[in-house]
Amino acid sequence: MNTVSPRPAAWTAFAREALHGARDTVPLLLGAAPFGLIFGALAAASPLGVGGALAMSALVFAGSAQFIALSLLSGGAAGWVVVLTTWVVNLRHLLYAASLQRGVARLPQRWRLLLAFWLTDETYATVYHRYQHDGDGAALRHWYTAGSGAAMYVNWLGWTAAGALLGQASPALTHLGLEFALVATFVGIVAPLLRQRTSLAVALTAAAVALAARGLPYKLGLLAAALAGVAVGVWLDARSGGGR
Amino acid sequence: MSGWGEAAVIGGMAAVTFGIRYVLFALGGRLQFAPRVQQALRHVPVAVLTAIAVPMVLLPDGQHWNLGWRNPWLAGALGSAVLALATRRLLAAIAGGMAVYLLWRFGLRFT
Repeated sequence: MNTVSPRPAAWTAFAREALHGARDTVPLLLGAAPFGLIFGALAAASPLGVGGALAMSALVFAGSAQFIALSLLSGGAAGWVVVLTTWVVNLRHLLYAASLQRGVARLPQRWRLLLAFWLTDETYATVYHRYQHDGDGAALRHWYTAGSGAAMYVNWLGWTAAGALLGQASPALTHLGLEFALVATFVGIVAPLLRQRTSLAVALTAAAVALAARGLPYKLGLLAAALAGVAVGVWLDARSGGGR
Repeated sequence: MSGWGEAAVIGGMAAVTFGIRYVLFALGGRLQFAPRVQQALRHVPVAVLTAIAVPMVLLPDGQHWNLGWRNPWLAGALGSAVLALATRRLLAAIAGGMAVYLLWRFGLRFT
């Protein structure tokens, strides 16, 4: 057999990194699964229908925004309100993108397009966790990131489809209490970080503001809570860092 | 909502979501946040995830406080937190928290 690729060893390394990224995302795939299932089931039963459910998961690919949009659409909200709310709820991704920006600046645009489309809470958390202490050292981090993103995308689309089909067959599926998986996932990610006193203060602030501002329209309470939490973190960093 | 209206909403959601995710990547190094901002970004995951989860746990129906030990959301969240701290394994935290939640809600029939 002749080798077709000029650098087979490189492709093996790419595939290995992508697989590594997908593997590190497995707990989050499990966490997202019930939400894909529930979203599919609820959306199929709504005016969106099976086609709308699949289109939203395939094109928007943002779980919390999709749930909020679904409840708004079912409540008869205007289209522009749904789009504006999506924008607000997803603004946090701007901060994820800023945090990963240095890693993608040297990549061609087609890579940046792909990685931006696949940028979710879960993939950000996975990538951030791995490269936290590495600086720019990891040359193949885009393959790792793409592996995590592709796994999340296929997982989300697959569970949406399964939920849409099951939801048509048995509407009782939406009352199983699976919605708790989101909370279990978030608590599991955050709790170990709270050993740091600054992170604990950030979390307490964000929680207090989220509770106090939960009545604000367009989910602005979430954004206010996030900004307040980060502000407290910055203030504490400045205090402990002396002049810096 | 008509088919076209629905397509417009989904298209609009897709456009704003992708726009947020792509704008900084597209600019690459040309627009960079100051080191101070970069440092601030470290606090984003804790702030956002906490802000989403805590109201779901303490006000399960979105309206009324439920701070008692019978609250399945609170019991499950505490279970997840304890397991996450004890095992440092995310999967164990998710599975254990789910088990506590389901036991409270369907085994013991608390609400």
